[in-house]
Amino acid sequence: MDIFVQQLVNGLTLGAVYAIVALGYTMVYGIIQLINFAHGEVVMIGAMVAFTIINLLAASGLPPLAVVLIGTACAVPVCMLVGYSMERLAYRPLRSAPRLAPLITAIGVSIILQHLAMLVWSRNVLAFPQIIPLATYSFLGASITGVQIAILSLCFALMAGLALLVYRTRLGTAMRATAQNPQVARLMGVDVNRVIAATFVIGAALGAVAGVMVGTYYGVAQYTMGSVLGLKAFAAAVLGGIGNIPGAMVGGLLLGVVEALGAGYIGDLTDLCRYGLGPQANCADGGHFILFGSNYQDVFAFVVLILVLVFRPSGLLGERVGDRA
Amino acid sequence: MIRSRKAWVWLGVALIAATLLLLPFALSQAGTAWVRIANIALLYVLLALGLNIVVGFAGLLDLGYIAFYAVGAYAYALLASPHFGLHLPFWAILPIGAVVAAAFGVMLGAPTLKLRGDYLAIVTLGFGEIVRIFLNNLSQPVNITRGPQGIAGIDPARIGGFDFSRTDTLLGAVVSGPMKYYYLLLALLLAIVIVNVRLQNSRIGRAWEAIREDEVAARSMGIDTTLMKLLAFAMGASFGGVAGGMFAAIQGFISPESFVLVESVMVVSMVVLGGMGNIAGVILGAVLLAFVPEILRWTVEPAQRALFGRMLVEPEVIRMLIFGLALVLVMLFRPAGLLPSAVRKRELEAERPT
Amino acid sequence: MSAPLLEAKQIGKRFGGVQALSGVSFSIGRGEIYGLIGPNGAGKTTLFNVLTGIYSPQGGTFALAGRNITGLKPDRIAAAGIARTFQNIRLFANLSVLENVMIGRHLRTRTGVVGAILRTRRVLEEERAIEKRALELLDFVGIRRRANDAAGSLPYGDQRRLEIARALATEPKLLALDEPAAGMNASETLALRRLLDSIRGGGTTILLIEHDMRLVMNVCDRVLVLDYGERIAEGPPAEVQRDPRVVEAYLGAPHAA
Repeated sequence: MDIFVQQLVNGLTLGAVYAIVALGYTMVYGIIQLINFAHGEVVMIGAMVAFTIINLLAASGLPPLAVVLIGTACAVPVCMLVGYSMERLAYRPLRSAPRLAPLITAIGVSIILQHLAMLVWSRNVLAFPQIIPLATYSFLGASITGVQIAILSLCFALMAGLALLVYRTRLGTAMRATAQNPQVARLMGVDVNRVIAATFVIGAALGAVAGVMVGTYYGVAQYTMGSVLGLKAFAAAVLGGIGNIPGAMVGGLLLGVVEALGAGYIGDLTDLCRYGLGPQANCADGGHFILFGSNYQDVFAFVVLILVLVFRPSGLLGERVGDRA
Repeated sequence: MIRSRKAWVWLGVALIAATLLLLPFALSQAGTAWVRIANIALLYVLLALGLNIVVGFAGLLDLGYIAFYAVGAYAYALLASPHFGLHLPFWAILPIGAVVAAAFGVMLGAPTLKLRGDYLAIVTLGFGEIVRIFLNNLSQPVNITRGPQGIAGIDPARIGGFDFSRTDTLLGAVVSGPMKYYYLLLALLLAIVIVNVRLQNSRIGRAWEAIREDEVAARSMGIDTTLMKLLAFAMGASFGGVAGGMFAAIQGFISPESFVLVESVMVVSMVVLGGMGNIAGVILGAVLLAFVPEILRWTVEPAQRALFGRMLVEPEVIRMLIFGLALVLVMLFRPAGLLPSAVRKRELEAERPT
Repeated sequence: MSAPLLEAKQIGKRFGGVQALSGVSFSIGRGEIYGLIGPNGAGKTTLFNVLTGIYSPQGGTFALAGRNITGLKPDRIAAAGIARTFQNIRLFANLSVLENVMIGRHLRTRTGVVGAILRTRRVLEEERAIEKRALELLDFVGIRRRANDAAGSLPYGDQRRLEIARALATEPKLLALDEPAAGMNASETLALRRLLDSIRGGGTTILLIEHDMRLVMNVCDRVLVLDYGERIAEGPPAEVQRDPRVVEAYLGAPHAA
């Protein structure tokens, strides 16, 4: 029980971020049945842009909150532009092509974005400057930092905001209609192209904020941070039910928790010494013979993804994918 | 008329054969490094041909193909290096590697059988990553793969007393290790091309095409789609395994770094660029994407230094940007590839409204 | 009468809340041309799909030549001897006409991976036989001149014929055709009728779903009528046509005067 609550806290924090990134994947898949491989890179670009600005302003004496906000405010429009361009240039022309084509294009876009970022920022790791005082609070026997609290609150606020957008505004209704049946939506006067572009842009904006959060949480940002994060967030989206917005939120949180608890406990669970099965040499004097340690953490997301797709492909809350036009 | 046309075809084949046979000697004038580059290109061609079975013939988009390359390489390394002290002969390990890789192909393919196109791609990608993570971490508690350090000192290929890694003088000409490997790879390539061509024009090849076109109809005509798909995975994987074994022998050292996701993507790019399903196209795609970046590296570096006084853009970055751009541009303008198979051309370029 | 070729007993199929088929029983004799008719939505294609293994039934059995084939997967059904065509035509559109029929021969030939790679004499002979038989079938249905065209480029009527040729290539005992005459004009339908007679003449039993009543009357020996997933009549077409329940199903109940 000792590490359980701590891992839960960590897992929920990371999971909340996964959820925000997963929203980008799930919205795009729901509306045009495309796995936007490049979304992870958009998140990365958000982090890199924000960190650049934050590092520039770090010494300026402005309050840390303002610095982070300005950094985010710069990252969001950049990412929105990237999202819009990729839709307009790479995906829109392929709207009626067989499914293989846009998927391959998405991979290409992902590679291009990643290496353009490497051109701009080089392989260097950007560090988060020490401007935020480390505030730690105690909670049910675990410690939770101010940053974690901020991330959790922001994520929930964003999720609520998106839900409001999708279920209470005209744009949201148009998005849901287009996701269900683009042809009929077009007949009803919806500008399908604009709606699809808006979906990408909104997803990219969310991704930018997620990028800032991830970077702040880990303290570093690098041009490679997008790919694995993107894959995990996609796994979260599938777990919750692809195309299903509440599903992405649930999937993200759940995946974060599974990953954190898994990484925390798998060492113990696979320690053969605990079962009396390990070799004497290792197990003597309270030693360990761990088959799979916490370094296998990344595997969890992939295993979850594979299990979901094989046993319950529609996800926990059910997928919401309409007929492809 | 027909007679002379056949004559032209034979002449073309003879020219290509002559070029291929003399290439290493020409390249080694520019430096042994170029022969090594040619060998790497040949390995990529083998990989692309193997992936072509899965993607091109059967229509299953495998984004984790490099896992089979890794399995083949590690099988070879574990059986012929100081790591476990085993030194099995070359002619035995290569088939073992192929069989192990084929087994992995079946294992990784089995859960994907009911998945639709894009989900299949993601699951195979996940498998590829899982294999890499395991290879990276299976150094504790029992040191199987030596983790990120990799396995060094791998035995070179030896057939009889003939060692492929040493420089020898044959028939009056000096033949270096890489040159010998070149001919070995070329022979392997020839065999694999023949296998591919024969598979494509056989009952099995037609069954794969049927599954790719319409799986329900194929099933209703009595084709056991489960078996056929697993067969495609197994065959494709076995070629990857053979290539992996050769890679381990030639390089003498392997580590998980060589088997990252980007490599899977590269092989997919080669198949897509060249023309899915078209054997000649796939070979062309692999050669282009393997050689062009190297040529760039040799021209771009000095050009940048001359123009800007320093290196602005690393060749590695340019190479990857070319890959990414190639994928996007090919899909936008020529989705069936450079040398499309007639079937794929019909499939991918059918109706394309604005 | 000799033992029936296909016997269906109490076939039922639900989709969620909808009972698509309930208690459907019928039997088809060898060499018959057996029609399956009924208003739209009666469950005819569903019955086909259950028979050919695309759906599994909830209850009921199918026996082909005495052998229980209930719930088998589509490829096993084909191996047992039932080949079908589809309402929406499911050809391998990007492959050639000849290749489509050659694929139909997959079931009754044996060359595996090893054989394909080694290309022994036996394998080459089998390939020649496959191509020869495919061309014969194309001849039989009348589209041999189109052998090297892309299947998707054929006119509609020819596509239907191709689908039939491909199904025949599997050497079925029972050929199940789903609306083969859909979209055909009178002369095409006449040609289809002659083709069906030739097929029956060759010893193959035929089950067909059709809406074209004239074709049904002229070519079918017996007919099964479904309405709302239930069997409401079975027998020779002339009898069934006069059955009041059938009339009601198609035209509605007569009003009280």
